[in-house]
Amino acid sequence: MVNGKKLVVSASPHLRTKTTTTKIMLDVIIALIPALVASVIFFGPKTLLVTAVTVATAVLSEYIARKVMKRHNTIGDLSAVVTGLILALNLPVNVPLWIAAIGSVVAIIVVKQFFGGIGQNFANPAITARIVLLLSFATHMSGSEWVAPLSWLGKADAVTTATPLALYGKEGAVIPTLFDMFIGNRAGSLGETCTVALLIGGIYLIARKVISFKIPVAYLGSFALIMLIAGFVKEDSVGAALEYTAYQLMSGGLMLGAFFMATDYSTSPINTDGKYIFGVGCGIITALIRLFGSLPEGVSFAILIMNLLVPHIEKITTPKPFGTPKKEKKAKEADAK
Amino acid sequence: MTKTVVDGVLRAVKKVRGGVKVDHHKNTAHKKVERLPIPSKVVIPMQQHIGAPCEPVVKVGDVVAVGQLIGDTDKYISAPIHASVSGTVVAVGDVKMPNGTMSKAVTIESDGEMRLWEGIKPPVVETREDLIKAVRDSGLVGLGGAGFPTHVKLNFPADKNIDTLIINAAECEPFITVDYRECVENSKNILAGVYLLKKMLGFKQVIICIEDNKPDAFGVLKDIADHEQDVYDEVKLMVLESKYPQGAEKMMVQSATGRKVPPGKLPADVGCVVMNVASVAFIARYVRTGKPLISRSITVDGSAIKKPNNIRVPIGTNIGEIIDFCGGFSKEPCKILTGGPMMGLAIVGTDLPILKQNNAILAFAKDDAVLKDETDCIRCGRCAIACPMSLMPTNIVRAAKAKDVDMLNHAGITVCMECGSCAFACPAGKPLVQHMRLAKAILREEGKK
Repeated sequence: MVNGKKLVVSASPHLRTKTTTTKIMLDVIIALIPALVASVIFFGPKTLLVTAVTVATAVLSEYIARKVMKRHNTIGDLSAVVTGLILALNLPVNVPLWIAAIGSVVAIIVVKQFFGGIGQNFANPAITARIVLLLSFATHMSGSEWVAPLSWLGKADAVTTATPLALYGKEGAVIPTLFDMFIGNRAGSLGETCTVALLIGGIYLIARKVISFKIPVAYLGSFALIMLIAGFVKEDSVGAALEYTAYQLMSGGLMLGAFFMATDYSTSPINTDGKYIFGVGCGIITALIRLFGSLPEGVSFAILIMNLLVPHIEKITTPKPFGTPKKEKKAKEADAK
Repeated sequence: MTKTVVDGVLRAVKKVRGGVKVDHHKNTAHKKVERLPIPSKVVIPMQQHIGAPCEPVVKVGDVVAVGQLIGDTDKYISAPIHASVSGTVVAVGDVKMPNGTMSKAVTIESDGEMRLWEGIKPPVVETREDLIKAVRDSGLVGLGGAGFPTHVKLNFPADKNIDTLIINAAECEPFITVDYRECVENSKNILAGVYLLKKMLGFKQVIICIEDNKPDAFGVLKDIADHEQDVYDEVKLMVLESKYPQGAEKMMVQSATGRKVPPGKLPADVGCVVMNVASVAFIARYVRTGKPLISRSITVDGSAIKKPNNIRVPIGTNIGEIIDFCGGFSKEPCKILTGGPMMGLAIVGTDLPILKQNNAILAFAKDDAVLKDETDCIRCGRCAIACPMSLMPTNIVRAAKAKDVDMLNHAGITVCMECGSCAFACPAGKPLVQHMRLAKAILREEGKK
């Protein structure tokens, strides 16, 4: 008591970082803006409509789910906005809006809230929702429904085309140049095409220390290495192999996945070693699906599979407490066995 | 402050992992240590150290003088207590301590004369045993904050192969500047203390560690390291990155020598003794004058303090009186701490005595005192990245909730030193240190079964 007023008594420390969950999520939203702007340029204003639907449905789903489960409201942390945004960037522009809305409901209610909400889900909501939509509405989600970039500017009806990944290597197919791939002038999901915008967003997140460079670098690095070898085997020249690798890196949802989805806190390992293992695992699976699978794209499945392995990865990569002697380490490992 | 480093200083042998960047708030760095006017009354608790409490050796009505022994015990891990003012003992009994426990205490009403006890004379220090006895008689405990009896720390077995003395001047807690002032104002005592300890206890090397945000102290410490007494160049200055908790004992040992103190062990187990710079200076002063530990310097700061300052106060002075000397409160205080903001203790009021190990009183207004709301854990891993002991706080919280003793042991909870880096870094505002303490308590409880 001082001057008759009670003092606050709490456990140390008495200082806290100014970072909050909301600020972190806001940073992710900021990092996604370049990709969103690029997709508006290439796929037209309908992009914004799809995004508005997924974001609004995600936030509403979160609100209702929390209300029904009698838990405190969490829409203020903006994580539902991030999920909605990332889901939108994973959808083609001509996706029916009701399908987009179903995606958000699956992501928030089934994948996130059924397992306890933020920080508790074991699979990435946006990725799982994308896979659910892909399997449920295959014709709307892939195949021949892709809209050619910039066609919204033309007078004709939307021109459909295939994605570069589906075209690559097919005889007579006209594929975009590497420069087009870099700036995003290609068919694909809304937010996955513009490599430069995704790189800017990714670097922003790393610079702001929202994510660590480890998962994206391990993911892209291991993927590039496999593709380089595969390209060399296919083309038998270093130059062509390099071009092939660059093409592969900028195709599909790899950049979006590596920077924005594989780095999801809830569904990736906390430890440094775990992050590298996780990233390399994603890289290998993506490469294998692209090289040998029947699907043209493997980012979503790669990340989902690695999501499921996170508890095991963490178990083997948890660092020993400071100063644990080497001998004891071995003894403990033997104990664990 | 600039970050220039004088030539010929060492940098960390092995950098400390984790930690957090905390705003330094060293507002009082330029404030010379002022003396508090003689308090009218002091309350001197018998428990001012880690270990066994002392028993009062005076009774109500006794007339005591400054430096006279008023509490002692024959238990080994303890430190005697001396009168900090001259006057009359008016009470001997239980008082409330800053941490909420009760302790016996001797209350002395000052006669305002600060009459020195006639028994005070410089100790004869010719051997290692003399030094350790002198340190015990001086009542010295670690002045950095933990309050471990220094004579115990120094009385390591001669065959233990202790080769390194590390002088801790890092002062990594925000706000506190008394160790820095000690360096700037009392370098002579530090110098004498360093060479006395080195000679008497046979250290092969002495490393003085300071953070790089205190360049004004580099020069004086470098002079100590370069002094002519250092014939074989065995005393060195090491400048460390300003990062919390750089000054923690195990961190300091790692920075200075690259050695890691194993779980449950002490720096002595890897050949090191770590001492706070003010403790070293005190030993030199005691050996010269024989005046025991009866006063200490503290930093008084925080957003609710009108005139932040460094003050030398008699042990047992009322905290409210010290705050009044600093102009009182500028704003309504909402939280008051003894010690720094990262590891300090929130107290319930100002009617408490200052103890030997207190190095600061910080009072904060509402805006700085109310912590952010707790939200859900998002598994971002910032706590694990911040932990200098390589622990995974989230795993420990989970194990504590499940009361899983095996998992708590496996997660290494006993290694946690409660530095607060995890809780500081947590964007969800989780009181993680509280969780760690709870986990330790569960381990103790379950261990009894």
